[in-house]
Amino acid sequence: MFPELSDLLNASPDRAEPGKLTLLCDAETDGSFLVHHFLSFYLKAHCKVCFVALVQSFSHYNIVGQKLGVSLTTARERGQLVFLEGLRSAVDVFFRAEGEAHPLQFLREAKAASLQPLYEFVREALEPVDQREAAWKRPVLLVDDLSVLLSLGVGAVAVLDFVHYCRACVCCRLRGFRLCLLQGNIVALVHDSGDAEDEESGVLLNGLSHQSHLVLRAEGLATGFCRDVHGQLRVLWRTPSPPAQRGRSLTFQYKIQDKSVSFFAKGLSPAVL
Amino acid sequence: MGHSVTPPSRLGRLSEGGGTMDAPPLPLEAGQPAVTSSEGVGEATGRSREMLESLLGPGGLVLLRDSVEWEGRSLLKALVRQAVLRGERVHVLGCEVSEEEFREGFDPGTNNRLVYHDLFRDPLNWSNTGEALPGGPLGVLRAMCRRTGPGPVTIALDSLSWLLLHLPCTTLCQTLHALSRQDSRPDDSSPVEHVRVLGLLHEELHGPGPVEALSTLAQIEVTLSGTGDQASAHILYRRPQHRPTHKIQWFTILPDFSLDLQGGSPPKSQPHPDPRTHPVDPATHLTFNLHLSKKEKEAKDSLTLPFQFSSEKQQALLCRGLGQATSHIFYEPDAYDDLDQEDPDDDLDI
Repeated sequence: MFPELSDLLNASPDRAEPGKLTLLCDAETDGSFLVHHFLSFYLKAHCKVCFVALVQSFSHYNIVGQKLGVSLTTARERGQLVFLEGLRSAVDVFFRAEGEAHPLQFLREAKAASLQPLYEFVREALEPVDQREAAWKRPVLLVDDLSVLLSLGVGAVAVLDFVHYCRACVCCRLRGFRLCLLQGNIVALVHDSGDAEDEESGVLLNGLSHQSHLVLRAEGLATGFCRDVHGQLRVLWRTPSPPAQRGRSLTFQYKIQDKSVSFFAKGLSPAVL
Repeated sequence: MGHSVTPPSRLGRLSEGGGTMDAPPLPLEAGQPAVTSSEGVGEATGRSREMLESLLGPGGLVLLRDSVEWEGRSLLKALVRQAVLRGERVHVLGCEVSEEEFREGFDPGTNNRLVYHDLFRDPLNWSNTGEALPGGPLGVLRAMCRRTGPGPVTIALDSLSWLLLHLPCTTLCQTLHALSRQDSRPDDSSPVEHVRVLGLLHEELHGPGPVEALSTLAQIEVTLSGTGDQASAHILYRRPQHRPTHKIQWFTILPDFSLDLQGGSPPKSQPHPDPRTHPVDPATHLTFNLHLSKKEKEAKDSLTLPFQFSSEKQQALLCRGLGQATSHIFYEPDAYDDLDQEDPDDDLDI
């Protein structure tokens, strides 16, 4: 995790806010550093993490994770991390028998209607199995990223429904027969293509923004590429109740280094001062 | 609840009376903070109630249009709370947030009187446990259309956007129309009761078609926006056979979901430059003079720019053929100058 980002968000591994959907959004830049931040943040916080990784391989996240001080291999072995490697399991879909369900079942369907199998996978991964799971704190779902699902032919409404169900399962307390108090968090990455004609992408981004409590938007600089300032991060708090934060929205600029990311106020990059 | 509901007309008179402390303060419910403003306790509470009352006025559809930056659920909850305080039956169709999250912030009395239909937990029946509401979202809506008894009813839809994404627009519009026009049944001699539908709509999620269709159905439209930290509501009232009227109201929603109004103009909480630091004149400590004297200023102001197309220039251009040319070219050809324009390089071998 990047300590500076944790300070900005006023969060620390021992006191992560429960039951929140954090939306990571990037526009004209690569926002995957935010994914790595939250992955290592929640692993260090001893949370049970279900990572739906559709974009990169396991070894990629492992290498970056090691730079940030977490070992994904160890976490997976001891059961803290459930990793769905999209790139590899996409091929498995075609070698399975017809009746067996697979999280990425929608790849086989001509008209991908719903992401229910994926939701079932997440639910099984994060539901505590009583005794053994007492070691981990609240569950966390991490998705990298949701825009890939749009490219794979899933409709925006289907993706919104998937996130809706994940929120109902992970973030909220389930009452009734199930007494587990999940109160987990969800972090998902979406790309903002900036293309006004891409309606599905717009519906997905806006729909998710309305559902989320915290929106982190990484944008490239309007003036173009710069060696010392890699982009701008806009933080928007969307808690429905009147906010107690000092401000609803903050903007910072950042520079990504080898093992950390440094944040500074706009125009105050150390290279310029 | 035990308290008497003050009719709106008396509220209006109270607030028009000005900030006199003689007017008795309105009955404050337990838990509601006293609004201390310079205008006096009664008037501020009266005005905020007036705004809520005006939004909850006649029956029909009240459309709350919000955006990512300015969310509308707090205003919806404030209206729901006000409807409960008026003694109406309130039904909430919750699709986007959990029941817990919706009920958060309401006092227990309001929560007890709220009838919550939970479409959040399992709207598409993925869990197959039979806990989902029958008929899906459309079934629930249609069930609400059936009269549930006498008395005014307020139905809050949280949110219309969710319904629009999952139901065809025409079906939704027809159902909404049926919902808000529950006239008396043919065999019923009771007077027509008003059914009010409060719908929350996220503007950015839909194209102009569905939004306009819902807008034409609505009697009152509230568009939320704001500047800085201050939220504003642009309210459009559509009364039959009247011109639509609109007004802009700046407000804050307090933690117990009552409103705090700020008057009709942007509040003075905009960031001011610090009065102690005077603006520095950059031309004070220079070694050269940047200031103009009065004569120089006059000369500068009266100067016509060379490329400005004024009437004099227009005249000069038009009259050029008549008068003499304003410029002459004097040319003395050299000995070896070739005046023949047809072969300027002198290299044609003809």
